[in-house]
Amino acid sequence: MRRFALIAVGIFIVWLALAGRLTLAEVVTGALVAAGVAALSRHHLALLDDIRLTPMLPVHLARYFWTFFIALVGANLDVARRVISPKPDIHPALVEVRTALTSDLGKLWLANSITLTPGTLSVDVVGDVLKVHWIDATPGRDMEHATRAIAEKFEARLKGFLS
Amino acid sequence: MAVIGDLFLVLGGLFLFLGALGIVRMPDVFNRLQAGTKAATLGALGIIAGVFFHHPGWWAKLMIIALFVLITSPVGSSTIARAALSAGIRPWRERGEDEGEGA
Repeated sequence: MRRFALIAVGIFIVWLALAGRLTLAEVVTGALVAAGVAALSRHHLALLDDIRLTPMLPVHLARYFWTFFIALVGANLDVARRVISPKPDIHPALVEVRTALTSDLGKLWLANSITLTPGTLSVDVVGDVLKVHWIDATPGRDMEHATRAIAEKFEARLKGFLS
Repeated sequence: MAVIGDLFLVLGGLFLFLGALGIVRMPDVFNRLQAGTKAATLGALGIIAGVFFHHPGWWAKLMIIALFVLITSPVGSSTIARAALSAGIRPWRERGEDEGEGA
């Protein structure tokens, strides 16, 4: 039921956004379609159960996206600098990062965040260890250094609404 | 408004170009993905922001496009990287570095 509501609300919002106007016809059709899609897809989206629904959720999301956006811009300037430097300035290595997040959605979200931030690209997840390609592994290749440099900032934010 | 929009469009295009350049210049598939994913994501977001300043009424649709890019682009590159690794491609290493340590 909780999953059904999450999907239905999500689809309904997307519907209204794409419709672009708030007429009665759009709202009613949107609600019906949202309910139908949610009913059909809820058994396949067990991932959504990992989200902790609290009144604080929007706050946590906003804080996460703020951290994320800064990291994304930083990532781009960083990569741009490496790309245009005459001799590509890279010291790549594959490192392993241990995550404290236990849920699948949590790990997925963390892996995606890592991919979009400076110099790191998630390659694989096995258990609670993420394999990450790091374009500049000078801070240290062992798990402690890598975890601190790559994952902890996002983990702190994600723990607010994911387990 | 239109000037700000143009500025974002140019910035977005610039980042997309840098992403493409990175794909050409980087030494192996992992580093190429690094350049491609990040620059392409911010490039796309820049262009979306530029379109927003030209057509503010489209904000809801643009938000959805942005969200879609933000979700699919890292998933795509992680998948390619994972496939490359399991296909046996070893990451490029600097010369003079001792082999055998690390993954």
